[in-house]
Amino acid sequence: MSEGAKQLESLIGRGYAQGFVTEIDSDTVAPGLDEDVVRLISRKKREPAFLTEWRLKALRHWLTMKEPHWAHVRFPPIDYQAISYYSAPRSRKDGPKSLAEVDPKLLETYEKLGVPLHERARLAGVAVDAVFDSVSVATTFKERLAAAGVVFLPFSEAVRTHPELIEQYLGSVVPYTDNFFATLNSAVFSDGSFVYVPQGVRCPMELSTYFRINALNTGQFERTLIIADAGSHVSYLEGCSAPQRDENQLHAAVVELIALDDAHIKYSTVQNWYPGDAQGVGGIYNFVTKRGECRGRNAHISWTQVETGSAITWKYPSCVLRGAGSRGEFYSVATVNNHQQADTGTKMIHIGRDTRSTIISKGISAGHGQNTYRGLVKMLPSAHGARNFTQCDSLLMGGQCGAHTFPYVEAKNPTATVEHEASTSKISDDQLFYCLARGICAEDAVNLIVSGFCKSVFKELPMEFAVEAQKLLAVSLEGAVG
Amino acid sequence: MTRAATPMLAIRDLVVTVDGKQILNGLTLEVAAGEVHAIMGPNGSGKSTLAHVLAGRPGYEVTAGSVSYQGRDLLALAPEERARAGVFLGFQYPVEIPGVNNVYLLKAALNAVRKARGLPEVDAFDFLGLVREKMQVMQIDESFLSRGVNEGFSGGEKKRNEILQMLVLEPRLAVLDETDSGLDIDALKIVAAGVNSLRSPERSCLVVTHYQRLLEYVVPDVVHVLVRGRIARSGDRTLAIELERRGYDWVSGEAA
Repeated sequence: MSEGAKQLESLIGRGYAQGFVTEIDSDTVAPGLDEDVVRLISRKKREPAFLTEWRLKALRHWLTMKEPHWAHVRFPPIDYQAISYYSAPRSRKDGPKSLAEVDPKLLETYEKLGVPLHERARLAGVAVDAVFDSVSVATTFKERLAAAGVVFLPFSEAVRTHPELIEQYLGSVVPYTDNFFATLNSAVFSDGSFVYVPQGVRCPMELSTYFRINALNTGQFERTLIIADAGSHVSYLEGCSAPQRDENQLHAAVVELIALDDAHIKYSTVQNWYPGDAQGVGGIYNFVTKRGECRGRNAHISWTQVETGSAITWKYPSCVLRGAGSRGEFYSVATVNNHQQADTGTKMIHIGRDTRSTIISKGISAGHGQNTYRGLVKMLPSAHGARNFTQCDSLLMGGQCGAHTFPYVEAKNPTATVEHEASTSKISDDQLFYCLARGICAEDAVNLIVSGFCKSVFKELPMEFAVEAQKLLAVSLEGAVG
Repeated sequence: MTRAATPMLAIRDLVVTVDGKQILNGLTLEVAAGEVHAIMGPNGSGKSTLAHVLAGRPGYEVTAGSVSYQGRDLLALAPEERARAGVFLGFQYPVEIPGVNNVYLLKAALNAVRKARGLPEVDAFDFLGLVREKMQVMQIDESFLSRGVNEGFSGGEKKRNEILQMLVLEPRLAVLDETDSGLDIDALKIVAAGVNSLRSPERSCLVVTHYQRLLEYVVPDVVHVLVRGRIARSGDRTLAIELERRGYDWVSGEAA
């Protein structure tokens, strides 16, 4: 190994700053999954009958399905009967009405995570629907949003206040039969966020949810549904982290986005689940289904993700471009270090005429990490004049990691155009030494080079998030060079 | 002045191996403050190795000898510490760092140097003013400000960028590794003007070059000829002219 490579090795991998456990009395259902558990979850949430039925249909379908293994990731068999499917912090009987009622320990947790609700919310104008394990415990800025007519609620609450919207849209983009993990989620999802932006409304602030898995051995199954009615605009931020555990924890979320005529949804994720230790023990299995549908004309859905955590990341935020002239975008930075594995990318399904999609994927591999980009661009016969541009870049740090690219293209319309560019590069000893020779230390140099590599994605993130993403990236690559 | 007695750079019997091959074979060289020395020599004589070993490049192993910089043991310092202490290496082949803005890198570099000197971080406004001023000296286009480090630069642009960095960082000891290679005559004059603008009694410069062309514009105080990892001959600038006329075989033959 060259000097530079050795430096790289020793700089990657410092401790996981967010690995602490909050000791809160949790109301946890015994491990295992059957119809009774599903009914129990539904009952605990006081859900309408249609939803209980929907969950049960999903469970029955799931029982006929097999865990998929086509992704370029490896993990030991998951015992789905050993997972507890419901965990709610047990504070007061009828959930907190305001921040003052929120368990101070929870708030402390958010402080440690850098999400001081009141401060951050006030300063940044962000409404946070904080999901702690499975139940939303604090929601802010409700009034201001309500004045604009925007509905931003924990999913479990929206089920009671807006059942007609849920019944109309839930599963309309990701049906309960979609795939093994999405189907499991449909049966047991515990909570998540619900957003409805009415016609012509520009959401007055960025909406944000901070997910966190806390209880031992609980899977986290959030369900997020965002509906942007005609001519509306909304930007949604999702941040995730999980405490440090030796066991692997399953996270199987589903996010559905629906954009009607001329609506714009921007969905940004910074994912920092616990990645496991340097030897690859523990960490989150992040098996997530995210899909948006541009249902109306000139609708626009944009996914931006910065994935630095999780032992395994397996997700493909996708766009179904149904409305004529609609646009889908996917901007991604995925980092793997130590023994992390990521198989991530997107699907752009062009149905409508003159639909456009852009895919920018930046994969960073360090340590023994394995990073796969998997993408599908599909041009249906109806997609006259549709266009796609894809760019996949990989950056390797050190000699034991891997980068893989699987771009699939299915073009069934001769007027559609698909462009693909790909590159693989290394942080070279030359680049590193160049920075050192200018007085910049190795760690700063790596951060500098990596941020340069990710620039075209970071610029898509909302400002505060971009700063956080850059810091996270620096933390997750600590020890990559030394 | 007692300080003047301490040389800027004193290299004694330096032996350096790269990949197990001995490149410098007991090189001895002294540069006083305020002087410009030219290092000339045929290909493979160890010129670039000398430049890199002074900057602390990993993989260049010093097996014997010493290097003192302003009286300090230069070899004990990490590369970034050397830079912060005022040693600047102008690269023969500056690398591209895609997506990293030129100005951003330069500012990070200047702040690293300032921090080491106990100065506060440079004010963003002042910094931009400083860079613009130096860009004019180097006749660098405004678009430079928004481009990535050496990204898509021509050979000449890269070299001018090296000198621009030097002008902003104001090193005490500049080591310029074949900064003149690949430059046309106009670019050469610009680079030379840049180097000359930094000449002062408290600064020294080691100009590594294959040809004496640059030395017409950056007039050296001393010219050394490096042959097989050792100084074979030293003299004033007429030595460079004679070398150009007679070729390196003349010195090589003598040294052998």
